[in-house]
Amino acid sequence: MADPMKIRARLDGDTADVRVLMSHPMETGQRKDSAGKLVPAHYIQTFTATVGGKVVVEGQLNTAVSRNPVFGFKVKGAKAGDKVVISWVDTKGDKRTDEAAVG
Amino acid sequence: MDRLRRTLLKGAGASGALAVALAAGLRPSRVLAAEWNKAAFSATDLAGALKGIGASGAADSKDLVLKAPDIAENGAVVPVEAVSRIPGTTELAILVEKNPLPLAASFTFAGGAQPSVALRVKMGQTSNVKVVAKAGGKSYVASKEVKVTIGGCGG
Repeated sequence: MADPMKIRARLDGDTADVRVLMSHPMETGQRKDSAGKLVPAHYIQTFTATVGGKVVVEGQLNTAVSRNPVFGFKVKGAKAGDKVVISWVDTKGDKRTDEAAVG
Repeated sequence: MDRLRRTLLKGAGASGALAVALAAGLRPSRVLAAEWNKAAFSATDLAGALKGIGASGAADSKDLVLKAPDIAENGAVVPVEAVSRIPGTTELAILVEKNPLPLAASFTFAGGAQPSVALRVKMGQTSNVKVVAKAGGKSYVASKEVKVTIGGCGG
């Protein structure tokens, strides 16, 4: 099971500035380990972010996204206390959902 | 809870398919993986990736802003930020032209989300980074060259 995401959602006027850090190796499938064997690809493929129960961003990722992906979004019309829920699914079917409150 | 959300999110048609898939014992992740735009993400050249996301012939736009460093010392972590000021932008995609798989990520915006995204990508070598925006059935593109001193794809 992957480590929890770090989610920060700061309100600036009526816009929430959401930042999320997902703990994930994001292996490309092109890197070799110390024994010279290819490390199989293992990366987050899709994620969904909701704020206050509404889907705001859906993302599809490829291997080119850096290890421990960080994303930043801006969501208009958010209120303090709105719940931010983010979940991802990776190529092995592992998934993770975390939440935070806009503040 | 997760299943419920996906079901609500996909509307009536897809939720029927989802229910069938779940009933058939497929894990929800398999259903999600099917949505992943495999053709576009597996494309090995820029033209193929653009075609995969339906953005062949995208027009250059000054209202599409791409922020990326001029020189990236570490190609494994290149910060990229894209903001679209084109009205009605619903999708942004980030591409790295000379990566083995050019399409790095794509995002769909709804429910008050501004069409902007910040992320970090890997770059194998000096290349153009491109952002493609989709608005009102049209595609727009902006581009910036990033020089990479140490590649981030081979390790």
